Amino acid sequence: MLDAPNSGKKLVEVQGLKMHFPIYAGLFKTRVGEVKAVDGVSFHIYERETLGLVGESGCGKSTCGRAILRLYEPTDGSIRIDGEEIAKAGPDRLRQMRPTMQMVFQDPQASLNPRMTVAGIIGEPLDEHAKLSKREKLERIYELMDAVGLNRNFANRYPHEFSGGQRQRIGIARALALNPKFIVCDEPIAALDVSIQAQVVNLLEDLQEQFGLTYLFISHDLSMVRHIADRVAVMYLGQIAELAPRDPLYETPLHPYTQALLSAVPEPDPREETRRTRILLKGDVPSPSNPPRGCNFCTRCPQVMDICSREEPEFREVQPGRYVACHLYNETTTTAGQTAASEAQSA
Amino acid sequence: MTEATAKPFSVEAALKPPRNQWWDVWDQFKTHKGALVGMIVFLAIVFGTLLGPFIWTIDPTFIDIRARNQGMSWAHPFGTDQLGRDMLARMMSGGQVSIAVGLTAMILSVLLGTLIGVLAGYFRRLDGPLMRLTDLFLSLPLLPLLLVMVMLFREPLSRAYGPEMGTFILIVCAIGVTSWMQTARIVRGDVLALKEREFVLAAKSIGTPSRRMITRHILPNVMSPIMVSATLGIANAIITESALSFLGLGFPPDFPTWGRLLFDAVDYIRDYPSRVIWPGLAISLVVLSVNYIGDGLRDALDPRIRGR
Repeated sequence: MLDAPNSGKKLVEVQGLKMHFPIYAGLFKTRVGEVKAVDGVSFHIYERETLGLVGESGCGKSTCGRAILRLYEPTDGSIRIDGEEIAKAGPDRLRQMRPTMQMVFQDPQASLNPRMTVAGIIGEPLDEHAKLSKREKLERIYELMDAVGLNRNFANRYPHEFSGGQRQRIGIARALALNPKFIVCDEPIAALDVSIQAQVVNLLEDLQEQFGLTYLFISHDLSMVRHIADRVAVMYLGQIAELAPRDPLYETPLHPYTQALLSAVPEPDPREETRRTRILLKGDVPSPSNPPRGCNFCTRCPQVMDICSREEPEFREVQPGRYVACHLYNETTTTAGQTAASEAQSA
Repeated sequence: MTEATAKPFSVEAALKPPRNQWWDVWDQFKTHKGALVGMIVFLAIVFGTLLGPFIWTIDPTFIDIRARNQGMSWAHPFGTDQLGRDMLARMMSGGQVSIAVGLTAMILSVLLGTLIGVLAGYFRRLDGPLMRLTDLFLSLPLLPLLLVMVMLFREPLSRAYGPEMGTFILIVCAIGVTSWMQTARIVRGDVLALKEREFVLAAKSIGTPSRRMITRHILPNVMSPIMVSATLGIANAIITESALSFLGLGFPPDFPTWGRLLFDAVDYIRDYPSRVIWPGLAISLVVLSVNYIGDGLRDALDPRIRGR
């Protein structure tokens, strides 16, 4: 249960990552505030593991993924990938680090340059980082196309000539070109239809097996995350509410937000579906430029307490391997946490 | 292998290395009839003006006062002007200058416009200063500015490079420097939109440095507006040169260009309208054919339109 296959080393360590986007307004474009897209996120990912990152739209999942790869300049915090500090690396060092970490994007249409052929797109990372002859490069491109299940004949075609699933395969081949260790999958299946989703997810799993990859799998599709992830982190309003191994999280969610989120997953069996009780949250997600005082979730939490609007809950380990940011689990003993969880479950 | 038996050539096709994409561009360009006709007309005019003087060996400045103001004849297919100079010879040597001015000024203005547009769009810090500079140039009244430039720089340039070359440089620079703003604005707008696209982010995650990001991802995608403004730019440059020559501020009076020919012929427009028509027709044909070529090129450079 405790990430048994992954008990090895931590490949990615994120400590207190903050990504704030300034808001400028007025005649002189003065800084009037900031959108706290990611506000103090800490987690780690073990080697060869898939960490699922779930949450509703606008909670900062994608921003978090992009900040980890330094596609944005993080406001604060430390990111270590394979022992190297990313958050403050200089441009040259960062460029050298790029091959270890790659990204698969959400919209396969937008993430491929419409003016480049497939060979050009997959070959771009090779041009940048590998010194290969023309022949070797072509060989490698064909190899990658085979790996992701694309016909070699397609090397001369342009992205618009492909279907969504094929385009996503091109994107995956590009991410694989430099033998990365860590891939951020930023909702790689959200723009695909359901039958293609399964293909792409299976492809990602096969590739993980084959190349020993580590994924950060960002998604809002809870059932898909349950399928692919080893551990799952639930984000709400720029912070991680709960992080736990997959099965315990889906069976006994601890954080009230996770409980509400999981109660929204439809049940395929109609008889079960009628018995399913949904926890309906009231109100809207607060603005990330003006998050509530105390706990982020206190405005909508069904189990809100006095302390919630005063103090920010600490993100801590309440059971081995299970991290929660919630005052319900403040009694430091793990048994208290468990009873609270079972209470929540029976409620 | 079943594929191979169905189509015996598919094995080679499968292993065919990626083809140079300029062949695809040419294939598409050929299907655009207007562009093809435009290119034929343009090349005919260019080669006509370049090679014509070797066949039609009358000196364009040779004055035959007894044969002045003649209409079309075998001796002078386009007639002669008020000093008896052969119009065909003058059209050819004037065409060389006009087309050279048009092309060079266009290249200069497109280069300037693209450079400034890309820098302003891509680097946020340069955006403000460069766009204010563009506004400044846009707000300058063109013709008075050209007049001042001609007045100031004609003498020193003529002394340094000879009267013809000096004027050529002056006119090309004057037109180039005063016509890059539209290109810069259009390019900046497109670059701003492109910069936020995910494929640019993807290239960033690969570690592509800014200069290659621009040459590999940004420039090919802003090719269409650049192409359009380039073709319009040629037309514009030829017309501006005509206007300058027409105002008597371009090349020296005995030096033929299409604009100068028009200027000289206007006095005689009632008696000899053909003398206005020939240079006017030539300018219009070049402008029209270049516009068609640009249209075809823009389509051919976009892989999404290719093959339709």
